[in-house]
Amino acid sequence: MPKLTVDGIEVEVPAGATVLQACEAAGAEVPRFCYHERLSIAGNCRMCLVEMEKSPKPVASCAMPAGDGMVIRTNTPAVKKAREGVMEFLLINHPLDCPICDQGGECDLQDQSVAYGAGQSRFLENKRAVEEKYMGPLIKTVMTRCIHCTRCIRFSKEIAGVPELGALGRGEHMEVTTYLEQTLHSEVSGNVIDLCPVGALTSRPYAFTARSWELKKTETIDVMDAVGGNIRVDARGNEVMRILPRVNEAVNEEWISDKTRFVYDGLKRRRLDRPYVRKAGKLTEATWAEAFDAIAKKLKGMAGDKTAAIAGDLQDVESVYALRLLMDSLGSPHRDCRQDGAKLDVTTRAGYLFNSGIAGIDEADACLLIGVNPRHEATSINLRLRARSRRGGFAIANVGPALDLTYKVDELGNDPKLLSAIASGAHPFAEVLKKAAKPMLIVGQGALARADGAGVLAAAREIADKLGLIKDGWNGFNVLHTAAARVGALDVGFVPQKGGRDVAGILDGAKSGAIEAVFLLGADEINSDPLKDAFVVYLGTHGDEGVRHADVILPAAAYTEKPGTYVNTEGRVQRGLKAVFAPGDAREDWTILRALSDALGKTLPFDNLNELRAKLCSEVPHLAVIDEKPAAPWGKFGTAGALEPTPFALAVSDYYRTNPICRASCILATVKDAMSGDKTEATGTHG
Amino acid sequence: MLSDKDRIFTNLYGFQPWSLAAAKKRGDWDDTKAILDKGRDWIISEVKESGLRGRGGAGFPTGLKWSFMPKQSDGKPSYLVVNADEGEPGTCKDRDIIRHDPHKLIEGCLVAGFAMGATAAYIYIRGEFRAEADVLEAAIAESYAAGLIGKNACGSGYDFDVYVHRGAGAYICGEETALIESLEGKKGQPRLKPPFPANMGLYGRPTTVNNVESIAVAPTIVRRGAKWFAGLGRPNNTGTKVFCISGHVNKPCNVEEEMGIPLKELIEKHAGGVRGGWDNLLAIIPGGSSVPLLPKSICDEVLMDFDSLRAVQSGLGTAAVIVMDKSTDIVRAIARLSKFYKHESCGQCTPCREGTGWMWRVMERLVEGRAEKSEIDTLLEVSKQIEGHTICALGDAAAWPIQGLMRHFRPEVERRIDAYKASAGKTQAA
Amino acid sequence: MSVHVIATGESFAFTPENEAWAKTQLAKYPSERKASAVMPLLTRAQEQRGGWLTKEAIEYVADYLAMPYIRVLEVASFYTMYNLKPVGRHVIEVCTTTPCWLRGSDEIVKACKKTLGIGLGETTPDGEFTLLEVECAGACVNAPVAVHNGAYYEDLTADSATKIIEALKRGEAPKPGPQIDRQTSAPVGGPTTLKATTGGNA
Repeated sequence: MPKLTVDGIEVEVPAGATVLQACEAAGAEVPRFCYHERLSIAGNCRMCLVEMEKSPKPVASCAMPAGDGMVIRTNTPAVKKAREGVMEFLLINHPLDCPICDQGGECDLQDQSVAYGAGQSRFLENKRAVEEKYMGPLIKTVMTRCIHCTRCIRFSKEIAGVPELGALGRGEHMEVTTYLEQTLHSEVSGNVIDLCPVGALTSRPYAFTARSWELKKTETIDVMDAVGGNIRVDARGNEVMRILPRVNEAVNEEWISDKTRFVYDGLKRRRLDRPYVRKAGKLTEATWAEAFDAIAKKLKGMAGDKTAAIAGDLQDVESVYALRLLMDSLGSPHRDCRQDGAKLDVTTRAGYLFNSGIAGIDEADACLLIGVNPRHEATSINLRLRARSRRGGFAIANVGPALDLTYKVDELGNDPKLLSAIASGAHPFAEVLKKAAKPMLIVGQGALARADGAGVLAAAREIADKLGLIKDGWNGFNVLHTAAARVGALDVGFVPQKGGRDVAGILDGAKSGAIEAVFLLGADEINSDPLKDAFVVYLGTHGDEGVRHADVILPAAAYTEKPGTYVNTEGRVQRGLKAVFAPGDAREDWTILRALSDALGKTLPFDNLNELRAKLCSEVPHLAVIDEKPAAPWGKFGTAGALEPTPFALAVSDYYRTNPICRASCILATVKDAMSGDKTEATGTHG
Repeated sequence: MLSDKDRIFTNLYGFQPWSLAAAKKRGDWDDTKAILDKGRDWIISEVKESGLRGRGGAGFPTGLKWSFMPKQSDGKPSYLVVNADEGEPGTCKDRDIIRHDPHKLIEGCLVAGFAMGATAAYIYIRGEFRAEADVLEAAIAESYAAGLIGKNACGSGYDFDVYVHRGAGAYICGEETALIESLEGKKGQPRLKPPFPANMGLYGRPTTVNNVESIAVAPTIVRRGAKWFAGLGRPNNTGTKVFCISGHVNKPCNVEEEMGIPLKELIEKHAGGVRGGWDNLLAIIPGGSSVPLLPKSICDEVLMDFDSLRAVQSGLGTAAVIVMDKSTDIVRAIARLSKFYKHESCGQCTPCREGTGWMWRVMERLVEGRAEKSEIDTLLEVSKQIEGHTICALGDAAAWPIQGLMRHFRPEVERRIDAYKASAGKTQAA
Repeated sequence: MSVHVIATGESFAFTPENEAWAKTQLAKYPSERKASAVMPLLTRAQEQRGGWLTKEAIEYVADYLAMPYIRVLEVASFYTMYNLKPVGRHVIEVCTTTPCWLRGSDEIVKACKKTLGIGLGETTPDGEFTLLEVECAGACVNAPVAVHNGAYYEDLTADSATKIIEALKRGEAPKPGPQIDRQTSAPVGGPTTLKATTGGNA
C-alpha cells in the first residue's frame, strides 16, 4: 500500500495502482484520452502528464506505478503548459467539425479543449485528411477525427478477443482500420463507439438523428439475454434513439452486446399497437372492450383445466405473476415459462441459477462448459470468461459442439456420456476440477432442452457434488439461461402445477382438444401450429410467431415502455424503468391482465403496480431485494436419468434473431448479412 | 593521436579478411575461456572500472547497465540484445565492425552475455545491411563450428547462443524498447518505462540492450585490463571511439580515435580537413543528427567526448561528425533532418506524431523564408512542447537540431524571411 | 500514402527451399514466440514474390505464424522495406538525408530521374525500374549512396550513378561499394591509421 503525496494531500493506494489512480484518490482530476481502466495501458496520448519530484521530465501518470513516498504535482504551471501543448498537437490535425459531429456534446476532446485549448490556432499548415474506413453497418468512421489513442484496438484485442483492428503505417500517416476494411466480427463491436473519446467511431444507425443534450436518459435493464445488462435508454419524445451501457461491476461491467445496443429500431417495427379479434378467420381491429368481451365469451363455462398459459422470454416478473394469479383463479394447472422445453427443476432455487455469480467467474480457476455457447447466449459472461482466461490459471473444457469463444477451450467432444465419465472420475478433467480451488461448470439450455435434459441436469449436479464445485463460500454449479424472464418466472412458480402440462403438453393438448384456450404472454419461441384449433389469446408486443393463430391480440408494452422487475441468470433482482410510452393503444402488461381479470369476473387483488409488487414480494420475499443476488442455498433437486448419445445442440442458433424485437430490427438484420458476407478465417483464438 | 597498438578495431577498413582465422591472428578469441573463468563479477567490475560508456548515443555506463541484470537466474532465459540497427544520420561505424571485424562482436556477445547471465544474444541488424548481415551470419556459423559459442562455449561449460535478427526499415528500432518490440514481431513502437528491460525486456524476461561497439570493445577491455582503457581519453570519458566523419571534408572516413580528441584535430588528421580549409567551416553536427549543431567558433576548441560536448549544449551521441562548410544552406540541412524525424516517428505519442510534421512544414517554409519572424519563436515553443513529453527520445531528437539551428543561426533564418518579403514586395510592385 | 490499400495477386506459398529456410528462422526464437519470425518471413516472401507483398503473401505468413492478419499487416505497413505496391525488377533507392545531401544527393536523384525517365516513387512503364527516395542508409562517410536491390553503391557522382543504371539496363551487374578509388570507409588515398596492417593497399 504505497503512500504518496498529490498536490500536498497524502493518499494511500493499493499496491499496483498508478499515479493517475492516486491522483484521483486525492481528488485531483487528470485529463486523459488513451487511458481506460479496463484496457491495457498505452501511455500514448500524453495528456495525463504530471510533475514528479526527482524526475526531470513530466511523467505520464497513467503509466507510472504509484510508489511509496512519491511527490506528485498536478496543478503547477509546468503541468498546465505540458497539457496545453499536447492539446494543441491533438487539435492541429483535428477537424473543426463539431457542429456536424455526432460526438458533439459528449466528446472528451471537446470537453478537455475547454480547459486546455488555446483560443486560436498557431498551425498555419494544411490539416491532414484521412480516408474513412469501413467497419461494418454499426460503426461509422470519420477517421480524420481520430486521435490515435488506440482504445478501440486494445478493446478488440483484449476485451472482445477479435484482433481485427489495428493501426497501419506510422508517424503522422498512422491510420486505424480493420483488416482490409472488413466488418468487425464481434458481437460486442459497438463498445468501441463508447470507448472512442472523439467522433472518429460513432454509431452508424444513430448518425445525425439526435443531439445528446436533447435526449431523455432512462436507466433500465436489458432483456436480450438473461444477464440483465444495465443499460441507459436515450429517448427523444416518445422515440428510443439509442441504447448505451451503464456500469455495473457485478453484471456487465461497462460492456453491452451489439444486440442489446442496436435492437432499438425493432421497437418501432411490426408493433402491435391496437387490440385485434379474429372474426370469420380474419384478425380485425377491435377496441379493448371488444377484445376482453371476446375472451370472456369464449371462457365462459369452460372448465379451468381446459385453459393453459405460456409465458415468454422477455417478460417482466410482474406480468408473469399477474398471469399466474389469473390462471390460479381460473383453476388451471397448465402453465409453463420454459418455451424451449428445458428440463429445469424448481425444487431448489440453486438448481436453476448461475450460483457462482457472474463476478464469481473472476475468482474461478477451472470451468466445464456443458452444451452452452456463452458467446451467443450471454455475451457479457463470455467477456468475463475471456478476461479470466487471459489472466491465466483457468482451465476451461467444453462438452458440446466445438466453439470459437475467443479464448482457448479444451474441446472434450460433443458426447453427453462424457458427463458420466467426468462425474465418476474416469475422465482426466475430473482431476482438474477436483484440484481447483474454485471450480465451476456452466450448463446451457441446449443441454437441458432435450428428452434426457433432466438426466443432464442430474449429471451436472453429480459433477458439482462429487468434484468439489460446492464448498464453503463457493457454489460453482451454474445454469446459464438465455431468457431474461426465465428465472423470475421460475421464482414465481410459472411451471406446471399438480397434474399440469408443460409447454410440450400444452401444445399436444391444444392439438388433441384437451386444451381449448391458451394464453400466450409474449410467447414467440414456440412453433404455434399445434394451437391452430385452440382459442389463442396473445398478449405481446410484436406481430411474430405468437400471433399466427391468435384469436385475440392484446397489445402490450415492450421492456423500454414499462417499469418491470427482472431476475437474471444468477438470481439477481433488478428493476427496469419506463423510458417511453408504448405505441398506440398498447398498454403495460399487468394492467391488461388486471383489466382482463375484471372482464372474466376474476378480479386480481391489486389496483396499481405498488400493490402488485407488495403482494408479489410477500409471496416471493427475495424479489424485494433489488440489485442484489440473494443467497440460494444448495438443496435437493434433479432426477438421475440415462444420458442419450445424441450430441448437444445449442440454445441459440441464430444470434441476431432470438426474440421478436431483434427479429423486427433492420439494423440487426444488416449486421447478420455483413457478418456472413466477408467472414475471414482470423478469429479470436487465431493468434 | 592514438597509437595503433591502442586501437581495438584493427581491421576497421577490411584490408584483411573478417574470417575466424584472420580474427584470431588479430587477437580475437584468444583463450576466451580464461576470461570467463574469472567469473561474472570480475568481468562486470573490469568493465565498470574501464569507464566504458555506451557507444550507441546515450553514454550510459556499460558495466553498470550489465549489473542491473538478475544476479541469480530463475532458471528461465534472459537475454543480451545487441543494437545493430544503425540508422542515426551520419553514423556508419557499426557497419564496419560487423562487416570487417564480426568476431569482435561475437566474442563480445559471449563475454557480455556471460557476465550478465544471459542465455542468448540477439543481434538486431538493420535490414538494409544485407551484405553485413550475411558476413555476420557466416562468422557466427564459424564460431559455432569452432565451439566458441553454443553448447559449452569455448569449453567454459557455459551454453550461449547468438542469433541474427534482421530489421526491415525503421530508425525507431534503434530505441531499445522499440527494438525489443520489433524483435517480438510487432511494430517498433517504444515501450513505457518502467518496467525497464533489465526487469522485463524481450519476451518479458530480463534483457540488456547494448550497442554493437559497446559489446565489441568488451573482450579487448577485459583482456588488456580496465586500467589500459581508462588510461585513454579523459576522466569519465575514457577509451577509444570509432568516429564517422562525413559531409564537407576532403576525405570522409571512419576512424578509431581517443576519446576527447579535439574536433579540429580529428578532422584535419583523418578526414583531410574541411573542404576549402578550416576557415571555410560553417558548422558541425558532432554526434549524429540528433544533437544540436555547433558553429565554427565552438568547433575551433571543443573536445570530442560526452562531457565536453554536453558543456556546449550538444552531445557526443554516436560520434558521427557531420561537417558543413560555408556553401551549406544550413536551414535546408536542418529542415532535411526534420523531414527525417517526421518520416521515422512511430506515430504512437501525440507530441511526436503531430509535432514532427508540424516542425518540418514550418522548416520547409523557413528554407524559403516564407514565414513571419514570430514563427521562429512558435517553432521553438513547439519543439519544447515535444521535448521531454514523449515515451522515447525521438521527440527530443527531432527538437534538438532545430533548437541548435535557432541558437546559432537565427539571424540567417531572419535574413531569409526579410529577403522573401522583399522579393515578394518586388513581385507585387512589378 | 494510402497504407490500407495493398496489392492482391495469385495465391502464395513458400517454395520448398524457402519453407526449409523459414524453419531455420523459427528455430531462433522460443517455440511459443513464433511471431518473432514475422519480419524475416515477410522479407523472404517479398523476395519470392518479386519485390512486393500481396494480401495473399501477408495472410500466408500470418497463418504460418498463427498471427492475426491485422498484426502482420501492421508490421508490413510499418517498416519501409516492405512494398505493398508493385515495384520494378530493379529498385533503386537514393539516400537523400543530410549527410548524403551535403555531398550531392540532389545530383544523384536528378541523374537517376533523367536516366530512367521517371520521378521518385515511380516505376518505369516497362515495369523494370522503380526509383525511391530513402532515409539515411547508414553509409554516410561514403556519401552519396544509392542502393540497388540491397547492394550499396557509394561515393557516387551523377556520372557514376548514370553509368550504373545504364549497366543495369544492359543486364550487367555493376560492382557495388565505393565508386571511386577507395578502400571501404578509409580516407581516400589510404588510411591515416593502422598502416602496418593494410597490406599492399596502403
